[in-house]
Amino acid sequence: MDLQSAKMIGAGLACIALVGAGIGIGNVFSALINALARNPAAQVTPFAFLGFALAEATGLFGLAIAFLILFVF
Amino acid sequence: MAIELHPLQQFTIDRIIPLHIGGIDASYTNSALLMTIAVVLVTALLVLGTRGAALVPSRWQSIAEMSYEFIAGMIEQNVGKEGMAYFPFVFTLFMFVLFGNLLGLVPYSFTYTSHIIVTFALAATVFIGVTLIGIIRHGWHFLSLFVPHGVPKVLLLLLVPIELLSYCIRPFTLSIRLFANMLAGHTMLAIFGGFVAALGLLGIVPLGVDVLLIFLELLVAVLQAYVFTILTCLYLADAIKLH
Repeated sequence: MDLQSAKMIGAGLACIALVGAGIGIGNVFSALINALARNPAAQVTPFAFLGFALAEATGLFGLAIAFLILFVF
Repeated sequence: MAIELHPLQQFTIDRIIPLHIGGIDASYTNSALLMTIAVVLVTALLVLGTRGAALVPSRWQSIAEMSYEFIAGMIEQNVGKEGMAYFPFVFTLFMFVLFGNLLGLVPYSFTYTSHIIVTFALAATVFIGVTLIGIIRHGWHFLSLFVPHGVPKVLLLLLVPIELLSYCIRPFTLSIRLFANMLAGHTMLAIFGGFVAALGLLGIVPLGVDVLLIFLELLVAVLQAYVFTILTCLYLADAIKLH
């Protein structure tokens, strides 16, 4: 296998990180809907968005690795 | 069909006014230009907005007041009254990151927050500043930040290095989070933009996707500025209150 194709495969593998981000974001918003359905007065939306951003960032770390593999090395 | 895509071209830094001082490249770049614009806009918003301050605020005045109250409320909630001493820094940080993210969404402009060196400089400033505040306030007692309460002595051998490590990687996670969000968002927009040109009449589909993505990017731009600031507040609270 030459370097170029190995790079492509590596970048594709790095994008598997997005699975975790998807699960995380789904979890955050399902919990938010749960909380708001049980107690509409709950002041939890800012925390939910904080959690969303943190969960999304982990997936983007994987994406950043993919970019590094493709364009830097 | 070969599609010519250059999704990363938008992140190139161009020298507008080349300038070299003793072997150091200190050119005025498009990144610096956008930073200047952001600073001028923030200053204009706050100075002009509050110049004719009235009891019933005008639109500009209420934007300026809302952003002030937003950050003041965030600090008071997360750090407490003591944290208000650091309000100017946190507010400046928030406005700088927010305007950087938002100005980047203007077509053909440049997003300075999509460069790791910019976000890392901001995050390192926060990290060093917060650590110094903690050491000055608490002295050696600051080290108790790394020792969790109510844990058996044996487990501490394992937990203290983990706490120390998680403290030390803070500037990296803080900067990579902002940088990766901006980079990924803008790259995605550019990739779908490339599809629009390549597909001809069918290009209306990726065009629609791009329109929706712009909304997502607007959300992300504001959200990431918020997250950057609130994490700064939480780190500050750690240093001031030590858990």
